Amino acid sequence: MGQTMSNGNGSGRKRHVLSALVQNQPGVLAHVSGMFASRGFNIESLAVGETEDPHLSRITVTVNGDDKLLEQVRKQLEKIVTVVRVHDISREDFVERDLMLIKIDAASERLAEIKALVDIYRGRIVDVGAEQVMVEISGQETKIEAFVDAVRPFGIRELARTGRIALVRGSRPSREESEGETVGSAAEAAVVGHSHL
Amino acid sequence: MSTIDQQTTTTRKPLTGADVLVESLVLHGVDVLFAYPGGASMPMHQALTRYRDRVRTILPRHEQGGIFAAEGYARATGKPGVVMATSGPGALNLVTGLADAKMDSLPIIAITGQVPTHVIGTDAFQETPMVEVCRAITKHHYLVQNARDMARIVKEAFHIASTGRPGPVLIDVPKDIQNTLVNDPDYDVPMDLPGYRLPPAPAPEKIREALAAIKASQKPIIYCGGGVVASGAAEELREFASKTGIPVGMTLQGLGSIPNDHYLSLNMLGMHGTVYSNYAINEADLLLAFGVRFDDRVTGKLSEFAKHGKIIHVDIDASEINKNKPAHIAINSDVRTFLKAVNPLVEAGDWRAWHKQIDAWRASDPMTYDQRDDAIMPQYVLDQFSNLAQGEFIMTTGVGQHQMWAAQWTKFTKPRTWITSGGLGSMGFGLPAALGAQAAFPDALVVDIDGDGSFVMNIQELATAHCESLPVKVILLNNQHLGMVVQWEDRFYASNRAHTYLGPVDHPEAIGQGEGDLPDVTYPDFVAISKGFGIQARQIRKKSEVIDALKEMIAYPGPYVLDVLVPYQEHVLPMIPAGMTVKDIIKS
Repeated sequence: MGQTMSNGNGSGRKRHVLSALVQNQPGVLAHVSGMFASRGFNIESLAVGETEDPHLSRITVTVNGDDKLLEQVRKQLEKIVTVVRVHDISREDFVERDLMLIKIDAASERLAEIKALVDIYRGRIVDVGAEQVMVEISGQETKIEAFVDAVRPFGIRELARTGRIALVRGSRPSREESEGETVGSAAEAAVVGHSHL
Repeated sequence: MSTIDQQTTTTRKPLTGADVLVESLVLHGVDVLFAYPGGASMPMHQALTRYRDRVRTILPRHEQGGIFAAEGYARATGKPGVVMATSGPGALNLVTGLADAKMDSLPIIAITGQVPTHVIGTDAFQETPMVEVCRAITKHHYLVQNARDMARIVKEAFHIASTGRPGPVLIDVPKDIQNTLVNDPDYDVPMDLPGYRLPPAPAPEKIREALAAIKASQKPIIYCGGGVVASGAAEELREFASKTGIPVGMTLQGLGSIPNDHYLSLNMLGMHGTVYSNYAINEADLLLAFGVRFDDRVTGKLSEFAKHGKIIHVDIDASEINKNKPAHIAINSDVRTFLKAVNPLVEAGDWRAWHKQIDAWRASDPMTYDQRDDAIMPQYVLDQFSNLAQGEFIMTTGVGQHQMWAAQWTKFTKPRTWITSGGLGSMGFGLPAALGAQAAFPDALVVDIDGDGSFVMNIQELATAHCESLPVKVILLNNQHLGMVVQWEDRFYASNRAHTYLGPVDHPEAIGQGEGDLPDVTYPDFVAISKGFGIQARQIRKKSEVIDALKEMIAYPGPYVLDVLVPYQEHVLPMIPAGMTVKDIIKS
């Protein structure tokens, strides 16, 4: 789902993946999620983990909304002192992944069927019990959801997902934000960016 | 204590975390702070006694009084105001002030004691997770976890509080950290703020766009807000307005940016602003929005606000731009930096027709009030005070009708002489804020315009005024009611009195059945209360007493409470009801 955002005045709702580098300190995640809650922004998914730099963590957050909402979300994130940089990576060519662990009811006579599905979806069986198997599967959201639908008839016991993580493709650094913020044309109304490191 | 001072600063023996904190405050130019002690902040207070020749510690009578005083200090001086409280209830009493300072962009350093590190999270006595509580209402916050971080944290806190869009910063200091010895504290430590950036100077093409828009405009207006005061741009704003000839409407927090009697001043905008300023905004084809956030009290219904005009929005906070109202030309910059860049380039436009139109509005709808002789009109008191004080004063207020009358009827000549709780609208702000301003300027005439509802909310600070010799004056516009709520009851709830009478509940006024006259005996007895606190006070109820009483108050060397009885039937006008438009303006 590596769609790039179309240009234009953007009144439509779109799915945006924001990637925020934050200082790796206690309370930063609480601050970020509290900001979303108190400003009434709906989060679809949020994942957090350390980066290659132990001082920084990356929060990947997916929000649904129009350009105006996204602009506010991004600016409010950037305003948090411990947020180092925010990047709307859904504007670029990026790779996103979600990891799921799922326990499926598996009577022994149906195990082969499940195994075949797992292979088609390039998952792995990571645990086998008397009446159930645990499968690990990663990929884009659509694939994960398709797999969940496919195994639903067998019976799903439990399921856990990491939420989406994402990175921009290639070796070039992330494009700095300086997009138009606007009523009229982008050229008429670009905000002098707040987002330069 | 001077011998101890010399020891702590001239030798290299270890200092406690509390000493490092106080030394850091001194290094950042703090000369006064407002601090109420308690168990978890005692080491910091002990340290303050070792620095008492350099820092004045004022003891408020409630932590909320302390932080409102710090806000008064900050707004009057432009420097961060510092407040200190103990853990738990002491710290929580700062919460309203922190939210207030966040909304009105005031630089505040709030230092709270915290339970010792090893008991954090155990529900210890007077433990509250202050950082958790305060995330959304501070610009930034710290829980000090190592005494060695103290100097860096204080440095960062001052930097964050006072740069960019100013705001409150909380430093929560566990008691064991206050007592930890630090060898060779380094006060010149580098800051670690990779995510904190200030906007760059406005780009030349943005300035060209703004200039072109001004040139093309037939009916421009400046919408001048608190950012002009905060960035110290009043001088530059006056130059900009005078050079171009563009009229200026001010928000509540923008008052003082240009003198009220300047020929280009349209006075206050918004809900209780002048009719002509609101008409002008409505008709304008270009809105120069400087240091403003398109607050609902200014805009009313957003979709109708300034809808005929192009908007140039200059603000230091990127998140304010396009938040409520989209900008055609968006300039994320310090207002002063922007004005300094454009002022050499702007030219006067030919706006004679526009000025003529505005003058016609001024003439048809001037600010007025009933000239009654049988009662003291609140507007009259402010008018007379303005005449007597001639711009040489600092004014604070509570929240409500008296606040709006003060904003409408006082003639300000300078920025930072008007200190009011605008965004949060915190009652009880006036008296402590006046104490803070007075502490900064001991010789200034500092007057709190208050209402009888607001005043009672922090009336204990009269003790601070007396004990700390802070000669603040209080003009109490006493109508025995919560006047602004009464006004809304009258306008929107068929005058049904719902807990808005401040006297005993068995009085007929409590259910809106009074005769409407002022009672012979008012409640409470503010003169007796003031005297109980050691404060000079006088009550007046006749118009003929006003000027004499004001003169007496101004001349009095100590703190003074002037209790002025005013009719509760009076409404603040004009008024654009909440969420409505200039077409709905109520003029009488």
